[in-house]
Amino acid sequence: MNEQIAIQITGLKKQYRLGQIGGGTLKADLQSLWAKIRKKEDPNVKIGQEARLSGQTFMALNGIDLTIRKGEAIGIIGGNGAGKSTMLKILSRITAPTAGTVDICGRIASMLEVGTGFNGEMTGRENVYLNGAILGMTKAEIDAKMEDIIEFSEIRDFIDTPAKRYSSGMYVKLAFSVAAHLDAEIMIMDEILAVGDVAFQKKCLDKMREAATVEGRTVLYVSHNMNTIRRLCDRCVVLDQGKIIFDGDVEKAIDIYSGTGTSLKKEVVFDRERSAKQLDGKLRFTSGTFLDTDVPVYHTGDAIRLALRFTAEEALDSAAIRVVVQTESGTPVGLAATEKGIPVRAGENELPLTLRFDTLAPGTYSARLIAQSIDEFGRGPMHDLVESAITFRIVHRDGENNGQGWYPHVWGYAQYPTVEIGKDV
Amino acid sequence: MEKNTSARHVRLKAKTGLFDINLKELWRYRDLIALFTKRNFILIYKQTILGPAWILLQPMFTTLIYTLVFGGIAGISTDGVPQILFYMAGTALWTYFSQTLTKTSTTFTANARVFGKVYFPRLVMPISTVLSGIINFGVQFLLFACFWAYYIIKGVIAPNYLGILLLPVILVYLGLLGMGLGIIISSLTTKYRDLSMLVTFGVQLWMYITPVVYPVSTITSPLLRTLILLNPVTCAVETFRWIFLGEGVISLAHWGISAAVMALALTLGVIVFSRVEKTFMDTV
Repeated sequence: MNEQIAIQITGLKKQYRLGQIGGGTLKADLQSLWAKIRKKEDPNVKIGQEARLSGQTFMALNGIDLTIRKGEAIGIIGGNGAGKSTMLKILSRITAPTAGTVDICGRIASMLEVGTGFNGEMTGRENVYLNGAILGMTKAEIDAKMEDIIEFSEIRDFIDTPAKRYSSGMYVKLAFSVAAHLDAEIMIMDEILAVGDVAFQKKCLDKMREAATVEGRTVLYVSHNMNTIRRLCDRCVVLDQGKIIFDGDVEKAIDIYSGTGTSLKKEVVFDRERSAKQLDGKLRFTSGTFLDTDVPVYHTGDAIRLALRFTAEEALDSAAIRVVVQTESGTPVGLAATEKGIPVRAGENELPLTLRFDTLAPGTYSARLIAQSIDEFGRGPMHDLVESAITFRIVHRDGENNGQGWYPHVWGYAQYPTVEIGKDV
Repeated sequence: MEKNTSARHVRLKAKTGLFDINLKELWRYRDLIALFTKRNFILIYKQTILGPAWILLQPMFTTLIYTLVFGGIAGISTDGVPQILFYMAGTALWTYFSQTLTKTSTTFTANARVFGKVYFPRLVMPISTVLSGIINFGVQFLLFACFWAYYIIKGVIAPNYLGILLLPVILVYLGLLGMGLGIIISSLTTKYRDLSMLVTFGVQLWMYITPVVYPVSTITSPLLRTLILLNPVTCAVETFRWIFLGEGVISLAHWGISAAVMALALTLGVIVFSRVEKTFMDTV
């Protein structure tokens, strides 16, 4: 393995069985086994339940490949059930993968929870020793760091009091202090910064940031709190349904994550029933694919390239396509149209479109697609109309609009070019 | 989990070998073993008025009850050994063994919360259970030693003093036997909870085929005697009594069989345990 690599994940999969595991009791499992040997019907299969259903499985992780270099602070985000926790559990060796390998170079400290093994009956000091040892420190290492840990935790006065007398804040502060003083090369953290008061949270983040940048440790951080991800990580992975759908820039990852769940898809099939009336059906949109990107998230000013497919009953010589951009709530924002006379053959067609919404402000938009043939008077039959055919998101580049974000209800949906200052117009 | 040539490099994958037990790693976590042992010991007696005195009071009461019921009412022979000493020796060893067995048999289920959050070699838990058992035994032994010294001065018993050197062997043997069986059960209970019900009951029954309240020498039925001698705990109890009280049935053949049973249980236990530990979080 390359010296620069901290974690190398190849083809990682984790499968879980759905429903009850086994018959639940030894007796039931033995019954099932005995029935199988005699080729009789399994007495534990419920009537009406198909045999293949009882063996249903679920892939929590479905082929993850990821290389993490030493000294990186990498964030992992994704919706509930995306596979984040499963991935951390495998990396922390709590459970083994179903397929694939993980190579880890360096000592790992995983903090999936603060204060694992803390016991209320024991004093703060005793708990520091136990918790530190659980996390992989030796007694000598803990001895050496004891003063720092107590100092960081801000609860020196209570260190020899049983932990059950602590407030929940004190408990967490002490627990985090232990975790923060681990000597591991790789630190895995699951949302643990979501605890403690604001000042302490900031202190913890700074400590972690320092670990990654100054001390060159590798940090893996999972959170639903995008602000902590922003502050801590310099690379971000988005998981969705057990797969990595994005790996790279933090801001872009966060935008994609905020979009999973909605309909930000690379490929869209227009197979829905059309609601518009008076369509003659001579041309019918079938599908569209965003080119150049896996997820339709663009920076302001980026060209959106779209491969649009449609079928036509006959060749048309004066057809045009209109793209009506709408906000998420359906308010029209603007229109872009092709010239009339786009090439339409009878049968299947594919048309690469380049859409330029240079002044479209950040936000999520959908577009209505309309196909129409236009005569010399500017009128003609409408062939097809798809509501909300495609959905895409526009995000700011770093520092754009002075880093103020965008408030559409105040500023609208158009962001015009930066105002120039000078006399020579 | 396979260790690569580099000490710091770990590879995680799905299938692992049968004897995939990382003793070197276990050794690195020796401080944790010590801390868990200490915790087990501290926690039993936290916030009790009598504190560690309970370690002494429990066997005292048991011994008194045995003396009353088995010695007084049932009138079972103790081979001429003072009843208090006889029962105390039996209960101390039996408590050590049975506690090791019952406590290690819940390793996975009782620690699921900690195991689900952080990795450390899971064998740390059963090992520290054995060690805290030895500490408890040590405290009880001190009590036993007081009575023992009293009866030696009175000249009632004739101990085999040289045999005392064998005491650590007996303790390690019983600890490993209890742990071996315990972790087999604990590995099975991650899927089948039935076994945990059986353990409590089974351990109670087991005591009666172990010479805790009677000496082997009083058993005349050959079948029963063989059964009792084949019980791998018997040789430990009888040897202990022979060392300290001068009475006891010891045969090398039975020690051999018992040691083989222990080795088998331990090996099987460690293999099953280290297979289950990798994925038990998915089924527990």
